[in-house]
Amino acid sequence: MTDSRDRQRRHTALLLLVAVGMFGFAFALVPLYNVFCELTGINGKTSGQAAVSVQTSPIMEREVTIQFLAHVGRGMPWEFRPMESRLRVRLGEVNETRFYVRNHANQAVTGQAVPSVAPGLAARYLHKIECFCFTQQTLEAGEEMEMLVKFYMGVDLPADINTLSLSYALFPVTVAQTTGLEIDRDSSDVTSAAHEEHSGS
Amino acid sequence: MIAHAENIPRGRHPLVQFIARWVLTTNHKEIGTLYLCLSFTLFMIAGAMAMLFRLELAQPGLQFVTANFYNQTVTLHGLIMVFGAVMPAFVGLANWMIPMMIGAPDMALPRLNNFSFWILPFAFFMLLSTLFMEGGAPNFGWTLYAPLSTTYGPPSTDFLIFGIHLMGISSVLGAINIIVTIFNLRAPGMTLMKMPLFVWTWLITAFLLIMVMPVLAGAVTMMLTDRHFGTSFFSAAGGGDPLLFQHVFWFFGHPEVYILILPGFGIASQIIPTFSRKKLFGYRSMVYATISIAVLSFIVWGHHMFATGMPLVTELFFMYATMLIAIPTGVKVFNWVATMWRGSLTFETPMLFALGFVVMFTIGGLSGLMLAIVPADFQYHDTFFVVAHLHYVLYPGAIFATMGAVYYWLPKWTGNMYNERLGKIHFWIAVVGLNVTFFPMHFVGLAGMPRRIVDYSLPFSDLNLVSSIGAGFLGLSQLLFLYIVVQTIRGGEKATDQVWEGAEGLEWTIPSPAPHHTFETPPHVE
Repeated sequence: MTDSRDRQRRHTALLLLVAVGMFGFAFALVPLYNVFCELTGINGKTSGQAAVSVQTSPIMEREVTIQFLAHVGRGMPWEFRPMESRLRVRLGEVNETRFYVRNHANQAVTGQAVPSVAPGLAARYLHKIECFCFTQQTLEAGEEMEMLVKFYMGVDLPADINTLSLSYALFPVTVAQTTGLEIDRDSSDVTSAAHEEHSGS
Repeated sequence: MIAHAENIPRGRHPLVQFIARWVLTTNHKEIGTLYLCLSFTLFMIAGAMAMLFRLELAQPGLQFVTANFYNQTVTLHGLIMVFGAVMPAFVGLANWMIPMMIGAPDMALPRLNNFSFWILPFAFFMLLSTLFMEGGAPNFGWTLYAPLSTTYGPPSTDFLIFGIHLMGISSVLGAINIIVTIFNLRAPGMTLMKMPLFVWTWLITAFLLIMVMPVLAGAVTMMLTDRHFGTSFFSAAGGGDPLLFQHVFWFFGHPEVYILILPGFGIASQIIPTFSRKKLFGYRSMVYATISIAVLSFIVWGHHMFATGMPLVTELFFMYATMLIAIPTGVKVFNWVATMWRGSLTFETPMLFALGFVVMFTIGGLSGLMLAIVPADFQYHDTFFVVAHLHYVLYPGAIFATMGAVYYWLPKWTGNMYNERLGKIHFWIAVVGLNVTFFPMHFVGLAGMPRRIVDYSLPFSDLNLVSSIGAGFLGLSQLLFLYIVVQTIRGGEKATDQVWEGAEGLEWTIPSPAPHHTFETPPHVE
């Protein structure tokens, strides 16, 4: 009888351990997911580091269309839009485009842009030499700015990708202190929700 | 069902005694009854919500409820049906039947058993209380997708999170209890491969529960910290990814749908041989098929996310893995049909429910295969076609199986036969109601009617009216079920020990009604 009691206790403890382990596994899924996506490049996240301009790489005849999108995250009192909605670029050729921002708040606000590429697999072929998303931006009250992105498309871009989109979501780093700062809050909610839907792999 | 009050305080007021008996009970049969009662209560509550939104959907436009309230009832309907109606019903049946089927005196951990039941009423009290809170109940669907549940969730979402934590703890403890019971308390001679299939399917379900309920707990914990403690698991603003939520949720969610169906497979595998008066065809293949379904369930979650912009190669992987599940499921359907082949069939109510289960679950399985096809899914995704599919697998799957099981074992529990005529009427109203409700949803879904939206465009009106009428019959048929069960508990024709002519197994060797304590000395199985 004591033998079977011990066995039961052992089984119970073991199963409890499995349950606790699986709870931990849920959290382990977060880094696993990020590592997996980084290795395979399937969720449209571009590299956070500047690419060196490769002069040696040839410029190809093949052209693709790249579309630019901008969204403002929740609580960000900035106007933010691409100055060109699309570009036709040749692979390997260095291009640049600008995004317009204006701080509508009555105080300085710092923001950070988070890029996302669709289709996700194209992200690893989009090389950014210079990007405002590499650093945080601070704008004084009412200040406006044109922010630069300098990039080239890798020559080995898969043949089935002819159009890609590069979208930026701009999020506040400093929390706006006063109420009434947020402009047009409802519509910014919508755009940030739309972005979050879009940013996935 | 018979009062044997040994361990409760005497000499108190009868009401105190009554409450103490049920609150403090550690008897597997009484706890099983408690689970079944709670499950039926929640089934009626979630069903009432379904009646409400079917009433709203009977006509296009807004008639009775606001869009927000509609979303709240849809959310709670899903959560309560899954966690409150189906899962506790299966746990209740497991509590009643597993010890009796393997010749054990009780569950291995009776006090834990009591604890895991009594968590549940509080969990659902918390969940339902959100309806009366400022800002309303959670309104983002039972899948709790971020950022709807994090950035945009109403304040009551926190109650939902803790409710889910409690349900999770209850299910995990219940599952541990079932596994420990099956591994340690089988009667001498009852080897694993002699266990009734209901016990087998529950064993596998219990393992699934232990593996995935903690993952759901983890996902809602991340929701909670995202909401209140400044983390950004699911927020792109802080470097997280809202899509991660879907991955974590469906890693839980797909095994969860098998948790909702495997015990139903077990029930059908008990009932069909009894009324065919034959042994179950292909017992071993049934066991292996169940195990392979459980294993496969862990690698198919992506088929819920085809439309999120996954790369083609991932979509193909999930598509083929999903289709693979059709094979073990097909083995099962084949075995049930082969069991009936040349059997001497009779069609008592439990058999009717089991047959309804096999036929309509197969319809749901086929629409599932259609949904697994990536390009087709882009059309079906988030339409009423999905609603039709999931109700065809869950209603005839989980609910019909449970009701068949109740009719099948009710004479053993109460000692009385239920009213066969009323039972059959219940079945036929339910089966007609079910098909009238859910079959038209295939058509409106294919035509493009999106799910989870309170209003719809005019061309869908007629079929929605049909669905709503069917839902009314389906809802009413459950009141008849309640009446039949209460009538049987109060009296009726006495049942024999074996109850059914073709029934085999240890549970049919003990007297009807089953005494408070059974198999205190283990039986010997040859």
